[in-house]
Amino acid sequence: MGESGCGKSVTWLAALGLLGSRARIGGEVRLEGRDLVGAPVAELERVRGRRIAMIFQDPSSSLNPVHRIGRQLGEALRLHRGLDGTAAEAEARRLLDRVHIADAQRRLGDYPHELSGGMNQRVMIAMALAGQPDLLVADEPTTALDATVQAQILELLGEIRRDSGMALVLISHDLGVVAENTDRVCVMYAGRVVEDAPIDTVFEAPAHPYTRGLLAALPELDGPRRVLTPIAGVVPDPWNLPTGCSFAPRCDRRIEACESAPPMPTEKAADHRVACIRA
Amino acid sequence: MTPLLEVSNLSRVYDVRRGAWPFGRRATLHAVDGVSFELAAGRTLGLVGESGCGKTTTAKLVLGLVPPSGGEVRVAGESLPEIGSPSWRALRRRMQMVYQDPLGALDRRLSVGRQVMEPLAIHGLGKAAERRDKALAMLDAVGLAPHHFDRFPHELSGGQRQRIVLARALMLDPQLLVCDEPISALDVSIQAQVVNLLLALQQRLGLAYLFISHDLRMVRQVSHEVAVMYLGRIVERGDPDQLFSAPAHPYTQALVSAIPTHIRHKRRRLVLPGEPPNPVDRPAGCAFHPRCRHAIARCRVETPELRTLADGRRAACHLAGQIG
Repeated sequence: MGESGCGKSVTWLAALGLLGSRARIGGEVRLEGRDLVGAPVAELERVRGRRIAMIFQDPSSSLNPVHRIGRQLGEALRLHRGLDGTAAEAEARRLLDRVHIADAQRRLGDYPHELSGGMNQRVMIAMALAGQPDLLVADEPTTALDATVQAQILELLGEIRRDSGMALVLISHDLGVVAENTDRVCVMYAGRVVEDAPIDTVFEAPAHPYTRGLLAALPELDGPRRVLTPIAGVVPDPWNLPTGCSFAPRCDRRIEACESAPPMPTEKAADHRVACIRA
Repeated sequence: MTPLLEVSNLSRVYDVRRGAWPFGRRATLHAVDGVSFELAAGRTLGLVGESGCGKTTTAKLVLGLVPPSGGEVRVAGESLPEIGSPSWRALRRRMQMVYQDPLGALDRRLSVGRQVMEPLAIHGLGKAAERRDKALAMLDAVGLAPHHFDRFPHELSGGQRQRIVLARALMLDPQLLVCDEPISALDVSIQAQVVNLLLALQQRLGLAYLFISHDLRMVRQVSHEVAVMYLGRIVERGDPDQLFSAPAHPYTQALVSAIPTHIRHKRRRLVLPGEPPNPVDRPAGCAFHPRCRHAIARCRVETPELRTLADGRRAACHLAGQIG
C-alpha cells in the first residue's frame, strides 16, 4: 500500500526482472531458496507467468486490441502449459467460466473492445491463471473500474485465492481495498517499506507517523463526521530524497536524529516492523 | 427564499448510431433524464454515481456549457439565458467549474499568475495592478505563496495545481462552484488538504458547491445533501448521514456496500450482478431492475418517480421503505 510514486509497482517489476537494462537491481528475491535477482533469462521465464503472474491496472492496454480473446488466452496456455488446438480451447473456455464470464464459448471470439472494463479485467485474471501460478501480483487491479464492478473483481480474486491456495499480492493506494482483502500489509513511502504488520494491527494500532497520517486523512462512510487532518507538505521527489528519514520533512514527531540517517526497520512487536526511531 | 440554483426536470439526449458506421441504426442516448434539485447559497450538493451515469453532463447543463433537451435551470430565480449571449456570459461570472485533472485545465505555457488573472481579463474587469493584487490575494487564500505567481504548472505538485485551478475559479467572486471530481486525481494524503480548503473557502465566502464525485466517503465529508444517479436519473436524494448509513434505494445500498473501508472490514459485501448497462440500452421500467434483487413485475414496466419517504429523504423505487 502506498501513494503514487512510492515504489509499489517497481518493487514487483524489479523482482521479476521486468525493469529493463538501465535499472540497477540490488538485494535478493528468493523463490523457494533460489535467488531471482541476476538469474538467467531462461530461468526467469520459467518463473514469470508460471510461478508468479501479474495483472495490471488498465486491462484494455494489457490486452492486444487486434487479437480475439480466445487467441490471447491460447497464447498464454501454449507458452505456460504447452497446450494446443482443442485442448487449449477447452481450457480457455474453462478459464473464462472460472472468472465468471457468461457464455464463454462466444466470448472467446470477441475482441477486447467488445467487452466492458470489468470483463476485460476478468479476461486478464483468466490469462494470469492460465499458468496456474503460485503467486498472483495484482497491481491496482480495480483502480480503473467503477465501485460496484470493483466489488465484483475483488470478490473474484478472493474466491480464486481461497479455492486454489494461490498467494495474492494486492498493490493498492486504497486503504479500504487493502483492509478488506489482505491478511498483512506493507506500507511504502518514497521507495521504502515504513511499516509491515498484520492487517488488524495496522488499522487498530498504526505505529509509523505516515500510516497514522494516512488514516487521519481519510473520511469514513459512517459514524460522526470529523475534520480531516491532512499530512502537511508533499512527497519528496525520488531524485531529491532527504538524507535522513524520507518522511521527516512532513512528520509532526520529527526530532533532530531523524534527519541524520534513514531509520532501519525494527521489530516493534511480534510480526510488526516499523522504520521509525520515534515509533 | 429563492434557492441559488434550481434545476427542474432537466434532460439531455444525444442521437447516436449503434454498431459500425455506416450501417448502425439510429438510437437515442438519454444522458440526463428528468433531473431536479435545488441548491441554496453556501450549501453543498453531492452528486454521486458510476461512470456514464450523467453526473458530468448534469454539471455542464447547469453551467450552460451544453444546451438542455428539456427542463430548466434557474439561477437566483432567473432562467439560464441563451448560451453565448451577453447575459449568459455575465451570469457565468457567478458560476465556475473545477475539473478533475488540474494539469489538463491549466495552460502549460502560461505562468500561474497570468492564468489566475485571465478571468478578469476575459470579463474586462480592473486595471493591471488591481488584477495582480487580486491574484496574489487569491493565491494566498488557497494556501499558495506569492512566489508561485511566476511559476509554471509543471513546476508544481498535483495538489498545488488544483489550488491554482481553485484560485482562478474564485477570481470572479462566484457564488457557485461546480466541482467535477476535484480530488480524484490527487493522492490520499493530498486529498484531505484540498477538501479542507474547499470547506474553509465555503465558510469564508459563502460559496455553494455542486460536488461531483464517485468517492462516497469524500462526498459525505463535504455535502449537506446527496443525490445518487443511475443511468441519467436521480434514484435517491437526502441527508448524507441518513443516505449512507441506511440507503433506501437498492442501487444506493449496493453502491454503499461496494465501498471498501478499513473500519467495517470483515463484513459481507453486497455484490451486484452484471455491470451498468450502456445508457443507449436503458432497460424499460426502472432502469435498475435487471440488477436488482428485489425487482417485482411492476419494476419492469413502470418507471418509479422520486417520492418522499417517511424520514424526509426521496427515493425512486416502488419498494422504497419496505426493503432494507
